[in-house]
Amino acid sequence: MKAEKVIINKEKFNIIIERLSYQLIENHANFENAVLIGIQPRGIHFCNRIYTKLSSIVSNKDIKVGDLDITFYRDDFRRRDDPLEPQAIDINFSIEGKNVVLIDDVLYTGRSVRAAMDALLAFGRPKSVELLVLVDRRFSRHLPIQPNYVGKKVDAISTEKIIVEWKETNGKDQVILINSEK
Amino acid sequence: MERNKWKRPSNIDKFRKMNELSVEHLLGIKYLTAEDISLIFKMADNFKKIINQPIKKVPSLRDITVANLFFENSTRTKLSFELAEKRLSADVVNFSSAASSVKKGETLIDTVNNIIAMKVDMVVVRHPNPGASVFLSRNIDAKIVNAGDGTHEHPTQALLDAYSIREKYGEVKGKKVVIIGDILHSRVALSNIYCLQKLGAEVSVCGPSTLMPKYISTLGVKHINNLKDALNWCDIANVLRIQLERQDVKYFPSLREYAMVFGINKEILSGLNKEITIMHPGPINRGVELTSDVADSGQAIILNQVENGVAIRMAVLYLLAGKVKKNGE
Repeated sequence: MKAEKVIINKEKFNIIIERLSYQLIENHANFENAVLIGIQPRGIHFCNRIYTKLSSIVSNKDIKVGDLDITFYRDDFRRRDDPLEPQAIDINFSIEGKNVVLIDDVLYTGRSVRAAMDALLAFGRPKSVELLVLVDRRFSRHLPIQPNYVGKKVDAISTEKIIVEWKETNGKDQVILINSEK
Repeated sequence: MERNKWKRPSNIDKFRKMNELSVEHLLGIKYLTAEDISLIFKMADNFKKIINQPIKKVPSLRDITVANLFFENSTRTKLSFELAEKRLSADVVNFSSAASSVKKGETLIDTVNNIIAMKVDMVVVRHPNPGASVFLSRNIDAKIVNAGDGTHEHPTQALLDAYSIREKYGEVKGKKVVIIGDILHSRVALSNIYCLQKLGAEVSVCGPSTLMPKYISTLGVKHINNLKDALNWCDIANVLRIQLERQDVKYFPSLREYAMVFGINKEILSGLNKEITIMHPGPINRGVELTSDVADSGQAIILNQVENGVAIRMAVLYLLAGKVKKNGE
Protein backbone atom coordinates (compact mmCIF):
# COMPACT_ATOMS: atom_id res chain seq x y z
CA MET A 1 0.00 0.00 0.00
CA LYS A 2 1.30 3.38 -0.90
CA ALA A 3 0.44 5.88 1.80
CA GLU A 4 0.77 9.61 1.52
CA LYS A 5 0.61 11.82 4.57
CA VAL A 6 0.83 15.59 4.66
CA ILE A 7 3.14 16.47 7.52
CA ILE A 8 3.32 20.21 6.95
CA ASN A 9 0.37 21.94 5.31
CA LYS A 10 0.16 25.42 3.83
CA GLU A 11 -0.77 27.21 7.06
CA LYS A 12 1.91 25.42 9.05
CA PHE A 13 4.41 26.23 6.31
CA ASN A 14 4.01 29.97 6.74
CA ILE A 15 4.17 29.73 10.51
CA ILE A 16 7.43 27.78 10.27
CA ILE A 17 9.01 30.31 7.91
CA GLU A 18 7.97 33.10 10.22
CA ARG A 19 9.35 31.35 13.30
CA LEU A 20 12.67 30.49 11.63
CA SER A 21 13.05 34.08 10.44
CA TYR A 22 12.64 35.40 13.98
CA GLN A 23 15.10 32.80 15.27
CA LEU A 24 17.62 34.03 12.70
CA ILE A 25 17.04 37.65 13.74
CA GLU A 26 17.60 36.66 17.36
CA ASN A 27 21.11 35.51 16.47
CA HIS A 28 22.04 37.79 13.59
CA ALA A 29 20.12 40.99 14.45
CA ASN A 30 20.12 43.18 11.36
CA PHE A 31 22.07 40.79 9.09
CA GLU A 32 24.95 43.24 8.71
CA ASN A 33 27.49 40.46 8.96
CA ALA A 34 25.42 37.43 8.02
CA VAL A 35 24.62 35.92 4.62
CA LEU A 36 22.07 33.38 3.46
CA ILE A 37 23.20 30.60 1.13
CA GLY A 38 20.66 28.20 -0.38
CA ILE A 39 21.85 24.78 -1.52
CA GLN A 40 20.91 23.91 -5.12
CA PRO A 41 18.60 22.64 -6.37
CA ARG A 42 15.89 22.39 -3.72
CA GLY A 43 17.25 24.60 -0.96
CA ILE A 44 16.98 27.78 -2.99
CA HIS A 45 13.17 28.04 -2.86
CA PHE A 46 13.29 27.78 0.91
CA CYS A 47 16.17 30.26 0.98
CA ASN A 48 14.18 32.75 -1.11
CA ARG A 49 11.17 32.45 1.23
CA ILE A 50 13.30 33.08 4.29
CA TYR A 51 14.98 35.99 2.51
CA THR A 52 11.67 37.58 1.54
CA LYS A 53 10.33 37.19 5.06
CA LEU A 54 13.49 38.59 6.66
CA SER A 55 13.55 41.57 4.31
CA SER A 56 10.03 42.46 5.34
CA ILE A 57 10.96 42.41 9.03
CA VAL A 58 14.45 43.86 9.47
CA SER A 59 15.53 47.37 8.48
CA ASN A 60 18.49 46.11 6.42
CA LYS A 61 17.16 46.03 2.86
CA ASP A 62 20.36 44.61 1.45
CA ILE A 63 20.62 41.16 3.00
CA LYS A 64 23.15 39.13 1.04
CA VAL A 65 21.77 35.93 -0.44
CA GLY A 66 23.35 33.36 -2.76
CA ASP A 67 22.80 29.97 -4.40
CA LEU A 68 25.42 27.28 -4.01
CA ASP A 69 25.76 24.24 -6.27
CA ILE A 70 27.48 21.28 -4.69
CA THR A 71 27.55 18.83 -7.62
CA PHE A 72 31.32 18.87 -8.10
CA TYR A 73 31.99 18.58 -4.38
CA ARG A 74 29.86 15.51 -3.71
CA ASP A 75 31.48 12.30 -2.54
CA ASP A 76 29.31 10.02 -4.70
CA PHE A 77 30.53 11.01 -8.19
CA ARG A 78 30.77 7.77 -10.28
CA ARG A 79 29.02 5.87 -7.46
CA ARG A 80 25.49 6.88 -8.36
CA ASP A 81 23.29 5.19 -10.93
CA ASP A 82 22.05 8.45 -12.36
CA PRO A 83 24.51 11.23 -13.18
CA LEU A 84 23.88 14.53 -11.42
CA GLU A 85 22.94 17.64 -13.24
CA PRO A 86 24.82 20.69 -11.99
CA GLN A 87 22.89 23.88 -11.32
CA ALA A 88 23.99 27.48 -11.34
CA ILE A 89 26.22 28.96 -8.66
CA ASP A 90 25.18 32.50 -7.85
CA ILE A 91 27.34 34.00 -5.12
CA ASN A 92 28.62 37.42 -6.11
CA PHE A 93 30.12 38.40 -2.77
CA SER A 94 32.93 37.15 -0.55
CA ILE A 95 31.97 35.20 2.54
CA GLU A 96 35.30 36.01 4.21
CA GLY A 97 34.64 36.70 7.88
CA LYS A 98 30.86 36.41 7.48
CA ASN A 99 28.39 34.34 9.46
CA VAL A 100 26.95 32.01 6.86
CA VAL A 101 23.53 30.43 7.19
CA LEU A 102 23.30 27.39 4.91
CA ILE A 103 19.74 26.60 3.91
CA ASP A 104 18.37 23.32 2.58
CA ASP A 105 14.96 21.67 2.52
CA VAL A 106 15.55 18.22 4.00
CA LEU A 107 18.46 17.10 6.15
CA TYR A 108 18.87 13.35 5.75
CA THR A 109 22.32 11.72 5.65
CA GLY A 110 24.21 14.99 6.03
CA ARG A 111 26.36 14.33 2.98
CA SER A 112 25.01 17.27 0.98
CA VAL A 113 25.79 19.58 3.87
CA ARG A 114 29.33 18.23 4.08
CA ALA A 115 29.77 18.89 0.35
CA ALA A 116 28.26 22.35 0.77
CA MET A 117 30.72 23.22 3.52
CA ASP A 118 33.51 22.09 1.22
CA ALA A 119 32.14 24.14 -1.67
CA LEU A 120 31.72 27.22 0.54
CA LEU A 121 35.45 27.44 1.17
CA ALA A 122 35.96 28.44 -2.47
CA PHE A 123 34.34 31.77 -1.62
CA GLY A 124 36.44 32.65 1.43
CA ARG A 125 36.82 31.64 5.06
CA PRO A 126 33.55 32.25 6.86
CA LYS A 127 33.53 33.29 10.52
CA SER A 128 30.90 30.68 11.25
CA VAL A 129 28.57 28.38 9.38
CA GLU A 130 25.08 27.52 10.60
CA LEU A 131 22.54 25.18 9.11
CA LEU A 132 18.85 25.85 8.67
CA VAL A 133 16.57 23.09 7.36
CA LEU A 134 12.85 22.77 6.84
CA VAL A 135 12.71 19.08 7.70
CA ASP A 136 15.19 17.22 9.86
CA ARG A 137 15.02 13.43 9.40
CA ARG A 138 16.38 12.33 12.72
CA PHE A 139 18.37 9.16 13.37
CA SER A 140 19.48 8.80 9.75
CA ARG A 141 22.73 10.74 9.70
CA HIS A 142 25.86 9.27 8.09
CA LEU A 143 28.00 12.14 9.33
CA PRO A 144 28.19 14.13 12.57
CA ILE A 145 26.15 17.08 11.29
CA GLN A 146 23.31 18.75 13.17
CA PRO A 147 21.12 21.70 12.19
CA ASN A 148 20.97 24.95 14.17
CA TYR A 149 17.44 25.85 13.06
CA VAL A 150 14.80 23.23 12.28
CA GLY A 151 11.35 23.64 10.76
CA LYS A 152 10.10 20.24 11.81
CA LYS A 153 11.71 17.11 13.10
CA VAL A 154 10.49 13.92 11.47
CA ASP A 155 11.17 10.32 12.34
CA ALA A 156 11.05 8.39 9.07
CA ILE A 157 12.37 4.97 8.17
CA SER A 158 14.49 4.39 5.10
CA THR A 159 11.64 3.16 2.90
CA GLU A 160 9.83 6.41 3.48
CA LYS A 161 10.42 9.42 1.32
CA ILE A 162 9.89 13.04 2.26
CA ILE A 163 8.84 15.33 -0.54
CA VAL A 164 8.79 19.09 -0.20
CA GLU A 165 6.54 20.84 -2.68
CA TRP A 166 6.85 24.52 -3.47
CA LYS A 167 4.30 26.92 -4.85
CA GLU A 168 6.88 27.97 -7.46
CA THR A 169 7.38 24.49 -8.87
CA ASN A 170 4.49 22.31 -7.68
CA GLY A 171 1.70 24.87 -7.26
CA LYS A 172 1.30 24.21 -3.56
CA ASP A 173 3.36 24.63 -0.39
CA GLN A 174 3.39 21.39 1.53
CA VAL A 175 5.57 18.59 2.84
CA ILE A 176 4.39 15.02 2.37
CA LEU A 177 5.67 11.74 3.64
CA ILE A 178 5.32 8.84 1.23
CA ASN A 179 5.51 5.28 2.42
CA SER A 180 6.12 2.92 -0.48
CA GLU A 181 6.30 -0.17 1.74
CA LYS A 182 4.11 -3.04 0.69
CA MET B 1 7.82 -8.71 5.02
CA GLU B 2 9.06 -7.59 1.68
CA ARG B 3 10.52 -4.13 1.58
CA ASN B 4 10.40 -2.02 -1.50
CA LYS B 5 12.69 0.86 -2.15
CA TRP B 6 11.34 4.18 -3.31
CA LYS B 7 10.49 3.79 -6.99
CA ARG B 8 12.17 6.02 -9.52
CA PRO B 9 9.87 8.01 -11.76
CA SER B 10 9.40 6.31 -15.11
CA ASN B 11 10.75 9.30 -17.05
CA ILE B 12 14.15 9.02 -15.36
CA ASP B 13 15.68 7.35 -18.42
CA LYS B 14 15.01 10.47 -20.38
CA PHE B 15 16.93 12.41 -17.78
CA ARG B 16 19.72 9.90 -17.78
CA LYS B 17 20.33 10.37 -21.47
CA MET B 18 20.33 14.10 -21.00
CA ASN B 19 23.05 13.95 -18.38
CA GLU B 20 25.34 11.47 -20.07
CA LEU B 21 27.39 11.49 -23.24
CA SER B 22 26.36 8.94 -25.86
CA VAL B 23 30.01 8.04 -26.45
CA GLU B 24 32.63 6.33 -24.28
CA HIS B 25 35.58 8.32 -25.63
CA LEU B 26 35.99 11.71 -27.26
CA LEU B 27 37.61 10.67 -30.53
CA GLY B 28 36.09 13.23 -32.85
CA ILE B 29 33.11 15.50 -33.32
CA LYS B 30 31.91 13.13 -36.04
CA TYR B 31 30.87 10.62 -33.36
CA LEU B 32 28.98 13.10 -31.16
CA THR B 33 25.32 14.01 -31.37
CA ALA B 34 24.00 17.56 -31.16
CA GLU B 35 22.67 16.66 -27.67
CA ASP B 36 26.15 15.61 -26.57
CA ILE B 37 27.53 18.94 -27.70
CA SER B 38 24.87 20.92 -25.84
CA LEU B 39 25.46 18.82 -22.73
CA ILE B 40 29.17 19.63 -22.91
CA PHE B 41 28.33 23.33 -23.33
CA LYS B 42 25.98 23.26 -20.37
CA MET B 43 28.64 21.63 -18.20
CA ALA B 44 31.21 24.13 -19.45
CA ASP B 45 28.94 26.97 -18.28
CA ASN B 46 29.23 25.59 -14.75
CA PHE B 47 32.96 25.11 -14.98
CA LYS B 48 33.47 28.59 -16.39
CA LYS B 49 31.87 29.95 -13.20
CA ILE B 50 34.16 27.75 -11.14
CA ILE B 51 37.36 28.88 -12.84
CA ASN B 52 36.36 32.46 -12.12
CA GLN B 53 35.95 31.79 -8.39
CA PRO B 54 38.67 32.79 -5.90
CA ILE B 55 39.44 29.08 -5.45
CA LYS B 56 39.33 27.46 -8.86
CA LYS B 57 39.52 23.85 -7.86
CA VAL B 58 36.80 21.24 -7.30
CA PRO B 59 37.43 17.76 -5.91
CA SER B 60 35.34 15.77 -8.44
CA LEU B 61 38.10 13.74 -10.10
CA ARG B 62 40.29 13.13 -7.06
CA ASP B 63 40.35 9.36 -7.63
CA ILE B 64 41.09 9.60 -11.36
CA THR B 65 44.53 9.53 -12.95
CA VAL B 66 44.96 11.13 -16.36
CA ALA B 67 47.93 10.67 -18.68
CA ASN B 68 48.68 13.39 -21.20
CA LEU B 69 50.48 11.74 -24.10
CA PHE B 70 51.81 14.27 -26.55
CA PHE B 71 53.57 12.68 -29.51
CA GLU B 72 53.59 16.07 -31.20
CA ASN B 73 54.48 19.56 -30.01
CA SER B 74 51.84 21.65 -28.32
CA THR B 75 51.74 24.55 -25.88
CA ARG B 76 48.16 25.73 -25.59
CA THR B 77 46.35 22.41 -25.78
CA LYS B 78 48.71 20.69 -23.39
CA LEU B 79 48.61 23.49 -20.83
CA SER B 80 44.88 23.80 -21.19
CA PHE B 81 44.29 20.08 -20.64
CA GLU B 82 46.70 20.01 -17.72
CA LEU B 83 45.01 22.97 -16.05
CA ALA B 84 41.58 21.43 -16.63
CA GLU B 85 42.73 18.15 -15.07
CA LYS B 86 44.32 19.88 -12.09
CA ARG B 87 41.26 22.06 -11.48
CA LEU B 88 39.20 18.89 -11.30
CA SER B 89 41.74 17.47 -8.79
CA ALA B 90 42.79 14.57 -11.03
CA ASP B 91 46.30 13.15 -10.75
CA VAL B 92 48.22 14.04 -13.89
CA VAL B 93 51.16 12.40 -15.58
CA ASN B 94 52.75 14.03 -18.58
CA PHE B 95 54.55 12.48 -21.46
CA SER B 96 56.10 14.02 -24.51
CA SER B 97 57.68 11.91 -27.20
CA ALA B 98 60.80 14.05 -27.48
CA ALA B 99 62.12 12.83 -24.11
CA SER B 100 60.85 9.25 -24.22
CA SER B 101 61.49 5.71 -25.34
CA VAL B 102 59.55 6.36 -28.55
CA LYS B 103 62.87 7.56 -29.85
CA LYS B 104 64.24 4.09 -29.02
CA GLY B 105 61.72 2.44 -31.33
CA GLU B 106 58.83 1.56 -29.03
CA THR B 107 55.45 1.23 -30.74
CA LEU B 108 52.48 3.43 -29.85
CA ILE B 109 50.48 0.62 -28.31
CA ASP B 110 53.42 -0.59 -26.21
CA THR B 111 54.10 2.89 -24.92
CA VAL B 112 50.47 3.40 -24.00
CA ASN B 113 50.02 -0.07 -22.51
CA ASN B 114 52.99 0.56 -20.25
CA ILE B 115 51.41 3.75 -19.06
CA ILE B 116 48.02 2.06 -18.55
CA ALA B 117 49.77 -0.64 -16.49
CA MET B 118 50.56 2.13 -14.04
CA LYS B 119 46.79 2.36 -13.43
CA VAL B 120 45.76 5.32 -15.52
CA ASP B 121 42.01 5.88 -16.03
CA MET B 122 42.01 8.39 -18.83
CA VAL B 123 44.39 9.21 -21.66
CA VAL B 124 44.61 12.52 -23.49
CA VAL B 125 46.48 11.84 -26.70
CA ARG B 126 47.94 13.93 -29.49
CA HIS B 127 49.59 12.07 -32.31
CA PRO B 128 50.82 12.96 -35.81
CA ASN B 129 48.96 10.01 -37.38
CA PRO B 130 45.26 10.37 -38.24
CA GLY B 131 43.21 7.75 -36.40
CA ALA B 132 45.73 7.22 -33.60
CA SER B 133 43.12 7.89 -30.93
CA VAL B 134 40.54 5.60 -32.55
CA PHE B 135 43.18 2.88 -32.69
CA LEU B 136 43.98 3.36 -29.00
CA SER B 137 40.32 3.30 -27.98
CA ARG B 138 39.92 -0.13 -29.59
CA ASN B 139 42.97 -1.61 -27.92
CA ILE B 140 43.18 -0.05 -24.53
CA ASP B 141 41.04 -0.08 -21.43
CA ALA B 142 40.95 3.62 -20.62
CA LYS B 143 38.89 6.62 -21.67
CA ILE B 144 40.56 8.33 -24.61
CA VAL B 145 40.35 12.05 -25.32
CA ASN B 146 41.66 13.04 -28.73
CA ALA B 147 43.78 16.19 -28.47
CA GLY B 148 44.54 16.18 -32.20
CA ASP B 149 45.39 13.26 -34.46
CA GLY B 150 47.36 14.33 -37.51
CA THR B 151 45.18 16.03 -40.10
CA HIS B 152 42.02 14.27 -38.88
CA GLU B 153 40.23 15.83 -35.90
CA HIS B 154 40.80 18.12 -32.94
CA PRO B 155 37.45 17.87 -31.15
CA THR B 156 38.07 20.00 -28.06
CA GLN B 157 39.25 22.88 -30.24
CA ALA B 158 36.07 22.73 -32.30
CA LEU B 159 33.97 22.57 -29.14
CA LEU B 160 35.63 25.60 -27.64
CA ASP B 161 35.32 27.51 -30.93
CA ALA B 162 31.60 26.80 -31.12
CA TYR B 163 31.26 27.56 -27.40
CA SER B 164 32.94 30.93 -27.93
CA ILE B 165 30.51 31.69 -30.77
CA ARG B 166 27.61 30.68 -28.54
CA GLU B 167 28.97 32.90 -25.77
CA LYS B 168 29.23 35.93 -28.03
CA TYR B 169 26.03 35.51 -30.07
CA GLY B 170 23.81 33.51 -27.71
CA GLU B 171 23.50 30.60 -30.11
CA VAL B 172 25.37 28.93 -32.95
CA LYS B 173 22.31 28.03 -35.00
CA GLY B 174 21.92 30.09 -38.17
CA LYS B 175 25.32 31.78 -37.89
CA LYS B 176 27.54 31.97 -40.96
CA VAL B 177 31.10 30.88 -40.32
CA VAL B 178 33.94 30.94 -42.80
CA ILE B 179 37.10 28.97 -42.15
CA ILE B 180 40.07 30.60 -43.85
CA GLY B 181 43.43 29.05 -44.65
CA ASP B 182 44.94 25.63 -45.02
CA ILE B 183 41.88 23.37 -44.93
CA LEU B 184 43.70 20.37 -46.37
CA HIS B 185 46.11 19.94 -43.48
CA SER B 186 43.87 21.25 -40.72
CA ARG B 187 42.26 19.02 -38.12
CA VAL B 188 40.75 22.15 -36.61
CA ALA B 189 38.91 22.82 -39.87
CA LEU B 190 37.42 19.33 -40.14
CA SER B 191 36.29 19.23 -36.51
CA ASN B 192 34.90 22.74 -36.78
CA ILE B 193 32.91 21.85 -39.90
CA TYR B 194 31.33 18.84 -38.16
CA CYS B 195 30.65 20.71 -34.95
CA LEU B 196 29.18 23.87 -36.48
CA GLN B 197 27.00 21.90 -38.88
CA LYS B 198 25.67 19.70 -36.06
CA LEU B 199 24.71 22.86 -34.21
CA GLY B 200 22.92 24.26 -37.27
CA ALA B 201 25.43 26.86 -38.49
CA GLU B 202 26.33 27.47 -42.14
CA VAL B 203 29.97 26.82 -42.94
CA SER B 204 32.13 27.94 -45.86
CA VAL B 205 35.82 27.64 -46.47
CA CYS B 206 38.20 30.07 -48.11
CA GLY B 207 41.82 29.61 -49.15
CA PRO B 208 44.10 28.68 -52.00
CA SER B 209 42.58 25.95 -54.20
CA THR B 210 45.69 23.86 -53.70
CA LEU B 211 44.89 23.70 -49.98
CA MET B 212 41.27 22.56 -50.45
CA PRO B 213 40.57 18.86 -49.96
CA LYS B 214 38.76 17.12 -52.82
CA TYR B 215 35.99 15.89 -50.51
CA ILE B 216 35.07 19.37 -49.29
CA SER B 217 31.84 19.59 -51.32
CA THR B 218 30.65 16.24 -49.93
CA LEU B 219 30.71 17.80 -46.44
CA GLY B 220 28.13 20.36 -47.53
CA VAL B 221 30.64 23.18 -47.35
CA LYS B 222 30.90 25.96 -49.89
CA HIS B 223 34.33 27.01 -51.19
CA ILE B 224 34.64 30.77 -51.63
CA ASN B 225 37.73 31.76 -53.57
CA ASN B 226 37.86 35.44 -52.89
CA LEU B 227 38.67 36.57 -49.32
CA LYS B 228 36.55 39.72 -49.56
CA ASP B 229 33.49 37.77 -50.75
CA ALA B 230 33.98 35.31 -47.92
CA LEU B 231 34.24 38.03 -45.29
CA ASN B 232 31.20 39.83 -46.68
CA TRP B 233 29.20 36.60 -46.44
CA CYS B 234 30.12 35.57 -42.93
CA ASP B 235 29.33 36.59 -39.33
CA ILE B 236 32.41 34.90 -37.96
CA ALA B 237 35.78 34.22 -39.60
CA ASN B 238 37.85 31.42 -38.10
CA VAL B 239 41.37 32.00 -39.39
CA LEU B 240 43.78 29.07 -39.41
CA ARG B 241 47.52 29.04 -39.20
CA ILE B 242 49.50 28.11 -42.28
CA GLN B 243 51.06 24.86 -41.14
CA LEU B 244 54.35 24.86 -42.99
CA GLU B 245 55.52 21.85 -40.98
CA ARG B 246 52.77 19.69 -42.48
CA GLN B 247 53.29 20.76 -46.06
CA ASP B 248 55.56 18.35 -47.91
CA VAL B 249 55.38 20.22 -51.21
CA LYS B 250 54.91 23.89 -52.05
CA TYR B 251 51.21 24.67 -52.24
CA PHE B 252 51.62 28.40 -52.84
CA PRO B 253 54.54 30.49 -54.08
CA SER B 254 55.46 32.31 -50.87
CA LEU B 255 54.16 33.33 -47.47
CA ARG B 256 54.28 36.95 -48.64
CA GLU B 257 52.00 36.18 -51.53
CA TYR B 258 49.65 34.22 -49.25
CA ALA B 259 49.53 37.19 -46.88
CA MET B 260 48.68 39.52 -49.76
CA VAL B 261 45.81 37.37 -51.07
CA PHE B 262 44.40 35.70 -47.93
CA GLY B 263 45.84 37.75 -45.05
CA ILE B 264 43.29 39.77 -43.05
CA ASN B 265 44.15 43.35 -42.19
CA LYS B 266 42.33 46.38 -40.80
CA GLU B 267 41.64 47.88 -44.27
CA ILE B 268 39.78 44.79 -45.45
CA LEU B 269 37.73 44.65 -42.24
CA SER B 270 36.83 48.35 -42.32
CA GLY B 271 35.78 47.98 -45.96
CA LEU B 272 33.04 45.50 -44.98
CA ASN B 273 29.51 46.66 -44.36
CA LYS B 274 29.29 44.89 -40.97
CA GLU B 275 31.48 44.02 -38.02
CA ILE B 276 32.52 40.38 -38.09
CA THR B 277 34.16 38.35 -35.34
CA ILE B 278 37.69 37.03 -35.83
CA MET B 279 38.73 33.72 -34.31
CA HIS B 280 42.06 31.91 -34.45
CA PRO B 281 43.01 28.60 -32.83
CA GLY B 282 46.59 29.79 -32.28
CA PRO B 283 49.50 30.03 -32.56
CA ILE B 284 49.18 33.14 -34.76
CA ASN B 285 51.69 33.87 -37.50
CA ARG B 286 51.43 37.64 -37.14
CA GLY B 287 51.66 39.38 -40.49
CA VAL B 288 50.70 36.22 -42.43
CA GLU B 289 47.08 35.21 -41.85
CA LEU B 290 46.30 38.08 -39.46
CA THR B 291 48.00 41.42 -39.01
CA SER B 292 48.78 42.49 -35.45
CA ASP B 293 46.19 45.28 -35.40
CA VAL B 294 43.46 42.75 -36.25
CA ALA B 295 44.67 40.10 -33.82
CA ASP B 296 44.73 42.62 -30.96
CA SER B 297 41.49 44.39 -31.87
CA GLY B 298 38.14 44.13 -30.11
CA GLN B 299 36.77 42.10 -33.00
CA ALA B 300 39.10 39.22 -32.20
CA ILE B 301 37.97 36.80 -29.48
CA ILE B 302 41.19 34.78 -29.57
CA LEU B 303 41.92 35.06 -25.85
CA ASN B 304 38.30 34.25 -24.96
CA GLN B 305 38.77 31.06 -26.94
CA VAL B 306 41.75 30.17 -24.77
CA GLU B 307 39.81 30.86 -21.56
CA ASN B 308 36.85 28.82 -22.76
CA GLY B 309 39.24 26.01 -23.69
CA VAL B 310 39.86 25.19 -20.03
CA ALA B 311 36.13 25.15 -19.22
CA ILE B 312 35.33 22.96 -22.25
CA ARG B 313 38.10 20.51 -21.40
CA MET B 314 36.96 20.33 -17.78
CA ALA B 315 33.45 19.53 -19.03
CA VAL B 316 34.70 16.81 -21.38
CA LEU B 317 36.93 15.23 -18.73
CA TYR B 318 34.20 15.38 -16.10
CA LEU B 319 31.59 13.79 -18.35
CA LEU B 320 33.92 11.01 -19.51
CA ALA B 321 35.23 10.39 -15.98
CA GLY B 322 31.65 9.66 -14.97
CA LYS B 323 31.95 6.59 -17.17
CA VAL B 324 35.17 5.28 -15.62
CA LYS B 325 34.44 2.16 -13.61
CA LYS B 326 35.12 2.53 -9.93
CA ASN B 327 37.41 0.14 -8.09
CA GLY B 328 36.08 -3.34 -7.57
CA GLU B 329 33.62 -3.32 -10.45
